[in-house]
Amino acid sequence: MDWKRFGFIALIIVVLFGTVVMIGQVKQPPVLIITSMLATTIAVATPLALGALSGVYCERAGVVNIGIEGMMLTSAFFGWLGAIYMYHIFKIPPSISIVLGVMFAILTGMLMALLHAALSITFKVDQIIGGTVINILAVGLTGFLNRQLFFGATSVFKGSVPSSPGVLPTIHVPLTEIFTSVCGTSASCLENLAAINRVFDQKPIAISAILLVFFSHYVLFNTRWGLRTRAVGEHPKAADTVGINVIKMRYANVLIGGMFAGLAGAYFTIESVPSFEPLLTNGRGFISLAAMIFGNWTPIGAWAASLVFGASQALLINMQIFRDVIPPQWSFLQESYIVGLTPYILTMFILTGIIGKTTPPAADGVPYEK
Amino acid sequence: MTEANIVLEAKNITKQFPGVLASDNVNFDLRKGEIHALLGENGAGKSTLMNLIYGLHLPDKGEIFVNGKPIEIKSPNDSIAAGIGMVHQHFMLIPVFTVAENVMLGDEVTKRGSLDRVTVAAKINEISKQYGLDVDPNALVGDLPVGLQQRVEIVKTLYRNAEIVILDEPTAVLTPQEAEDLFRIMRDLTARGVSIIFITHKLKEVLAVADRITVMRAGRVINTVQPSETNEAQLANMMVGRQVILTVEKKDHAASGDILKVEGLSARDQRDLETVHNVSFTVRGGEVLGIAGVQGNGQTELSEALTGLRAPTGGKVTMDGIDLTGKSPRVMTEAGLAHIPEDRQRHGLVLSYSVADNMALCDYYRPPFSSRGVIQQKALDENARKLIDAFDVRTPSPFVNAGKLSGGNQQKVIVARELSRHNVKLVIANQPTRGLDVGSIEYIHSEIIKMRDRGVAVLLISAELDEVMALSDRIAVMYRGQIVAVVDSKKATREQLGLWMAGAHVETTQA
Repeated sequence: MDWKRFGFIALIIVVLFGTVVMIGQVKQPPVLIITSMLATTIAVATPLALGALSGVYCERAGVVNIGIEGMMLTSAFFGWLGAIYMYHIFKIPPSISIVLGVMFAILTGMLMALLHAALSITFKVDQIIGGTVINILAVGLTGFLNRQLFFGATSVFKGSVPSSPGVLPTIHVPLTEIFTSVCGTSASCLENLAAINRVFDQKPIAISAILLVFFSHYVLFNTRWGLRTRAVGEHPKAADTVGINVIKMRYANVLIGGMFAGLAGAYFTIESVPSFEPLLTNGRGFISLAAMIFGNWTPIGAWAASLVFGASQALLINMQIFRDVIPPQWSFLQESYIVGLTPYILTMFILTGIIGKTTPPAADGVPYEK
Repeated sequence: MTEANIVLEAKNITKQFPGVLASDNVNFDLRKGEIHALLGENGAGKSTLMNLIYGLHLPDKGEIFVNGKPIEIKSPNDSIAAGIGMVHQHFMLIPVFTVAENVMLGDEVTKRGSLDRVTVAAKINEISKQYGLDVDPNALVGDLPVGLQQRVEIVKTLYRNAEIVILDEPTAVLTPQEAEDLFRIMRDLTARGVSIIFITHKLKEVLAVADRITVMRAGRVINTVQPSETNEAQLANMMVGRQVILTVEKKDHAASGDILKVEGLSARDQRDLETVHNVSFTVRGGEVLGIAGVQGNGQTELSEALTGLRAPTGGKVTMDGIDLTGKSPRVMTEAGLAHIPEDRQRHGLVLSYSVADNMALCDYYRPPFSSRGVIQQKALDENARKLIDAFDVRTPSPFVNAGKLSGGNQQKVIVARELSRHNVKLVIANQPTRGLDVGSIEYIHSEIIKMRDRGVAVLLISAELDEVMALSDRIAVMYRGQIVAVVDSKKATREQLGLWMAGAHVETTQA
């Protein structure tokens, strides 16, 4: 493991959290601030971690994927749209409609990935251009359909956007219930326990994202599939000479990557908020890519990097909460547009390679020719 | 020999590539436990035949029999299943994987879904012991020297229970000692019943290890002979199709004063590792200083630092008294440097430019090629016609793109451009004959010797020890970025040079 990298990540997160605790402690106890920030960090990091996983699968197999942003956006739209159709047109109960919406999102991600795979693997189009095509297509397609399906002359919704069937529920991890007896009669202990429980009370996609990170890490480095995936991304010819079908492995991994991007898209419109607006992903697909690179193309590394971005988002939210108690010498923290720059500044900083060089797979972005 | 002893037979194999008949009705057979050498020049069809047998390409016509049974080979999977293994000229190893991971790739052992690295490592150790290969399964392949990487490739084939092993140009990247080791391993393998096809273009090796020799030329089998019944000259004759002069004619010649002086030169490669450390040497007018060494010991960075393609990180380079340290290629060219670069397609030519344009790449900005900033096409054409004649470049016209020419003719374009300039004082030639046919090699060697005889200083960098020994007046050996020895070529022996190339410690002897 790359301890320098993880140490650096931990340091940034501690600095971001420390800033908020220092400012906010006059209003709230530190435990509450830290746990609420942790909960936000994990939630915000979810689409980034999933997007980064999407990139890890594609690029470990040798296909550069800068289309994650577009795949996320399209999946967010079609997942949400699918849920609405299921609920309003097919009259399916809301809970099932929501789950079907997630399925639609994943399927959409896969279809977009299939397009990227065909362009870059079969037709050997420059993969940066292929990814750009995906991104542009996503903006146009979702923007157009979003207008047309709801406000078009033949719209079944007759000019209004119906309410979506809702969002995925929070899964309660019964920490409080289990550990209450430990506290005895201490009220502050109970309070702390409830605060800690908030960190673990996450929604299904957020929880599965974390599980998928560790699962993917294991798959990539300890299974036959992972070994072959990395082989076709490092030296496809070597893989070919031992009888591995390079083209199939690459297609499969890009499609898997598409599924992850699709799940990330579902997070936006089915887990976070039940609505869609054009350009909703707002560059987070690209931040995923940065997280993937900073994580040195490993799932756990990419996740850790995603947490940094999550933490900087938590900083932004908390600076608004504690706006009135920010000391005057730190008044720039009152300006949300300055604090809002943190993730982007961090991205640029991280990508300069100051914290050690990252090494992409050797055949990343190179089409395979026999 | 009886029929039953034939483990592999290829019958009437034909393969047509666009524009080339790469394999023309070829017949080839391999007996159990023999080393059968396949000899031929680059492009003779040796590798094509082996790729067909290994399933990397599909033949247009013909059949392949293993142990007397016809088999259909559509992919490497089929040939691996039939017990055929191949060690490719460019290793098919993944540097960031361990030896065990590389060996098992494609034929993994798993335990409840996870890779079983322990079992694989045990199997590698067993194979390694049995054949004296001495390979550590947990080492990272990228950290291993080339000779060991090759053994990993051999382990890969044995791990898959190969009984027929194809070695494609296995000695190209080895020191003479490493090659000797490889020959010992090959004999160990055949003693245990493995049959080997040994592809090479080196005559000495063939005569040393092969049980039978098949010579190919232009996609056809010319003949199959026993080493005891033939000699180098006859084999060369079969390979090329005409008499060849194997030795370079070189008169004794007195060297004049120092032309190139290199003092304490250091340089880093693109990964920022120092690959040239504190190198000092001189080349005198009228002599060839050859730099021998296994590829990747800093020769590339050294030649780039001397020709202005890479900024040195320390030291001083002077030519005829003028300080050229870190100067641009143009300054060096104008001072009298002729450079035949290592990679002719990347640094020697603009492949999409015509032969005529390529021949003026050093001087295009000066009269007569340029007048008030405008290129004079007529002057370019005249120059090209003159050089094409003088240097025997086989091209349909001066206007053909350089990329369309054969490797030998591309190299001749570079040689013509560089050596025809009037002010040349120093020639730096890096791997000037790599991948060329015997005819072109002969020609380029004679041009280099001509420059020497005219009193020009020549620095020759080559991984082919035979080439260095044939052309040089003095030989320097480069190992891990340092010049470890400099000797008079008349006093140098292959064995001694080989030891130095492998890093055997020596006191530098100035000849």
